[in-house]
Amino acid sequence: MNKKALTAIAAVLAYPVAVIAGPDEDKLVINEELNMISVTEAPAHAENLDTIYSGWHFRTDETQALQTDDFDNPAMVFVDQAADLFGTVDGAAGKSCASCHEDVESFKGLQASMPKVDAESGKLVVMEDLINKCRTDRMEADAWKWSGADMQGIVALIGLQSRGMPVNVAIDGAAAPFWEQGKEMYYTRYGQLELSCANCHEENWGNMIRADHLSQGMTNGFPTYRLKQAKLISRHNRFRGCIRDTRAETFAEGSDEFRALELYVASRGNGLSVETPAVRQ
Amino acid sequence: MKLRLITLACALTGAAAIAAETSPKEIQYDEYGAVAEPLTGVAGDAANGAVIVGEKSKGNCVACHEVTALADIPFHGEVGPMLDGAGDRWTEAELRGLVANAKMTFEGTVMPAFYKDEGYIRPGDGYTGKAPSAPLTSILTAQEIEDVVAFLATLKEQ
Repeated sequence: MNKKALTAIAAVLAYPVAVIAGPDEDKLVINEELNMISVTEAPAHAENLDTIYSGWHFRTDETQALQTDDFDNPAMVFVDQAADLFGTVDGAAGKSCASCHEDVESFKGLQASMPKVDAESGKLVVMEDLINKCRTDRMEADAWKWSGADMQGIVALIGLQSRGMPVNVAIDGAAAPFWEQGKEMYYTRYGQLELSCANCHEENWGNMIRADHLSQGMTNGFPTYRLKQAKLISRHNRFRGCIRDTRAETFAEGSDEFRALELYVASRGNGLSVETPAVRQ
Repeated sequence: MKLRLITLACALTGAAAIAAETSPKEIQYDEYGAVAEPLTGVAGDAANGAVIVGEKSKGNCVACHEVTALADIPFHGEVGPMLDGAGDRWTEAELRGLVANAKMTFEGTVMPAFYKDEGYIRPGDGYTGKAPSAPLTSILTAQEIEDVVAFLATLKEQ
């Protein structure tokens, strides 16, 4: 047998090994009662994936454990602060969130369907947009900074109300053009390293890139408590960091480009449980 | 006599380095993506090449490739093929082409081009996330490419 043939065999053998080294087979159960869908069949529109996995399956046992009990989950400190903030009056109108939305539980289900197109304006809106619109229009308060602690705390608090529900964002109808824009971005090889989202999170999930275990880049756990930053991280902040790391001029948090990308990436996770607030490395 | 010849040869190649460094815009790939001509007149330094392959701020090749020869550096990736035996599998010209711009050999490969300074989508100013304020330079210099090629050529299966 010649060397080329041996190399070819080695290459073929490498694939199953890489897949086994990929996501683990642990079961994500929160507080010993909430069974999460963290692995499921990929939606038809994620045409290059068969199975979708929560990013939880790519993390170490220690990091995973932090998310399975709310007393251990470091994100919950920020969620508790947000619950206080929810009832705190701010702005010239003398209102708090609770003045209109008496119980935060009324937001159950909202996160699972976000982002969505606002029927009135025809624009694609994400949770941060809804919150800032309430603040500026109804509370007559200043808009919050996109990735600030106040904003991401409330995004997490509202997201938590949908925890366990499957992500189910609409990609058709009015959402279709935004979804197409996001899809195009997902496959665009940005920056001097010429890397697309797909290069890492579709073609190489399960593989190690230096010390990092590449996941499928699912957003169902955001805002996520990231251990290395020790705070809640917004979806757009993570997009920004990824694109920056391709040696590219990134897009701004709160840009229409990132709204579109947020919709597309969320749609790839249709069927996974909302995990907000997740814990990652 | 021998020593004098070597000295003379060194002097000549040194002069050639100054005279003829192939820029990223001038580099010539053959139809299979190989680059026959060295990019500089100075022979590659394999020891420095090993540093570039392992160094995060340089080539950071180990982010994606495992290399047994650099086992003392932690966390080798598995996105690209293992580099052990690369010196057997590829000629120097092929290695030069692969390091400079692997897309000329493997269309659509994930691997970044290390000797290219234009034709990017939204290139940034290094890893700042901002737009560049000066003309782009290639990720590695011509001599660094030669050094990496020299190191890769030493990677033989036994």
